Amino acid sequence: MKISTVVKHLTLGTVLAVSSFIATANTTILNVSYDPTREFYREYNQLFSKHWQAQGNAAPTVRQSHGGSGSQARSVIDGLDADVVTLALAYDIDALHNNGNLIPADWQSRLDKNSSPYTSTIVLLVRKGNPKNIKNWDDLVRPDVEVITPNPKTSGGARWNYLAAWGYALKEYGSEEKAYEFIEKLFKNVPVLDSGARGATNTFVQRGIGDVFIAWENEAILSVEQLGKGQFDIVVPSVSILAEPPVTVVDKNVDRKGTRKVAEAYLQHLYSDEAQHLAAKHYYRPSNPAIASQYASAFPKVNLFTIDEVFGGWTKAQQTHFNDGGVFDKVLASINKNR
Amino acid sequence: MATVVSRTVIPGFGLTLGFSVFYLSLLFLLPVAGLLIFTLQMSWADFWQAISHPQVVASYKLSFLASFAGATINAVFGSLTAWVLVRYRFPGKKVVDALVDLPFALPTAVAGIALVTLYSTTGWVGQYLQIWNIRIAYSEIGVIIALTYIGLPFVVRTVQPVLADFEKELEEASASLGASRWTTVRRVILPALLPALLTGYALAFARALGEYGSVIFISGNLPYRTEITPLLIVAKAEQYDYQGAAAIGVVMLVAAFLLLLLINGLQWWTNKRNGGAA
Repeated sequence: MKISTVVKHLTLGTVLAVSSFIATANTTILNVSYDPTREFYREYNQLFSKHWQAQGNAAPTVRQSHGGSGSQARSVIDGLDADVVTLALAYDIDALHNNGNLIPADWQSRLDKNSSPYTSTIVLLVRKGNPKNIKNWDDLVRPDVEVITPNPKTSGGARWNYLAAWGYALKEYGSEEKAYEFIEKLFKNVPVLDSGARGATNTFVQRGIGDVFIAWENEAILSVEQLGKGQFDIVVPSVSILAEPPVTVVDKNVDRKGTRKVAEAYLQHLYSDEAQHLAAKHYYRPSNPAIASQYASAFPKVNLFTIDEVFGGWTKAQQTHFNDGGVFDKVLASINKNR
Repeated sequence: MATVVSRTVIPGFGLTLGFSVFYLSLLFLLPVAGLLIFTLQMSWADFWQAISHPQVVASYKLSFLASFAGATINAVFGSLTAWVLVRYRFPGKKVVDALVDLPFALPTAVAGIALVTLYSTTGWVGQYLQIWNIRIAYSEIGVIIALTYIGLPFVVRTVQPVLADFEKELEEASASLGASRWTTVRRVILPALLPALLTGYALAFARALGEYGSVIFISGNLPYRTEITPLLIVAKAEQYDYQGAAAIGVVMLVAAFLLLLLINGLQWWTNKRNGGAA
């Protein structure tokens, strides 16, 4: 073989390699999500890949990243190249607008149902047979009950827990003062305050600490069906919060990488029938009412309130309750004083 | 003006010094500078508020006291371990010697999970302690145990070589001059070991102060009670309060620096008292 041929082959090879790299680069997207969605998105990615190719596109590569919702948002702000984020709460996605202006302020109105293709709620997980006879939120403030929930300061899921309990007390007892007292009693019963939802699951499921675990419905069902089969029961409280884990495209990243089209299709397809069924399979409540009704037996009917109704939205709830000097800090301080 | 002088015959002083300074700046000074720049953007009142909140102050107490406790336990039992490893021969000695380094290699999260599996109220050890109402996991004691665990290698590895070089004749001389065993330990062995022991102590203490991974699993993270300072720094960063996180970081940095300076001073003083042997 002549040297020139070798060079020619090498050049051709390089060109091919580079062009294929560019081609894949344009259909490789990174989905930055929170902890419990790992299994759902692993299956959804295959679903989306088929759908995307059926429309005559090259096979997409979807990479996933999972962690605590708040720290995932922080990673994206600090430069993690997310094309789409699918996080536990809107406040963490708002942060992408407030810090670094990665997305527009009105991001949540860009997709249906507050940009939440699947929803969940907060339920109570108890030990098999319910030995402490826990029926509703009121039982969580009994002095003989130990409650496991992560720290609302660091865990998105824990903020839903806290707001669900607060909303219940507010409805039941009628005033902010009473709700405050209720929350204070509840957190007095917390022996371990893990920083994230998965850590708290481990404390309750693996370490056997606590009588009741306040959890995402999907985590609770997962614990009952898989992690500790036959060891737990789910108690559905009379009232709970509609938890909406929203999704959005990260505008600044997709525009720079040229992945907007595939990223948007990726999120849009979450609303398709097959994806809605898949969400239900992974214990998320489908946001499409027609499909949700098919799973009515799996998801018990709960009287759900939204964060907008009771707290005036995430930004306000965050400022009032969870920011430094907020209500939760006061609760901790007074628990410490009365110890 | 002070002049820098090479005290070796090997050339390349300028090059190596320059490289060292560059390397240290890049690796160490830059992050510290970043920390300071973040805090300099705060007003004095904000800074004070961030570092003096009762919850944060409670965490300083726990972090420093538990680190001291851990380092002290390590100083005693680490020296003992070093002594046994140097002075006695027994089967499996090589294995034990290697095991000492394990806390270095084991991811601290694994250590934390292992410890909590042992000591939680349903754990192998914890369930029996529970009978006497002793709680280790999710209490201050748990924090001390975790900090002791990760600091163990430092004291052993600093004391071990000094002990190995220690001349047996000195002990024999001491004994033949009529000193009791305790006097020999106190007046002959300990003074020689002290500088190395202090180094190990300082390292174990510093390591414990910065430890995060293993502690958060075993401490229970109860505000005002079992929250270590690094956890609060992470919590602040998670809330996008980078300045508050940096402010507490600066307090830790300054306090740790002063304490290490103190220990180094102590070391220098003992060295001098021993006639500058080292």
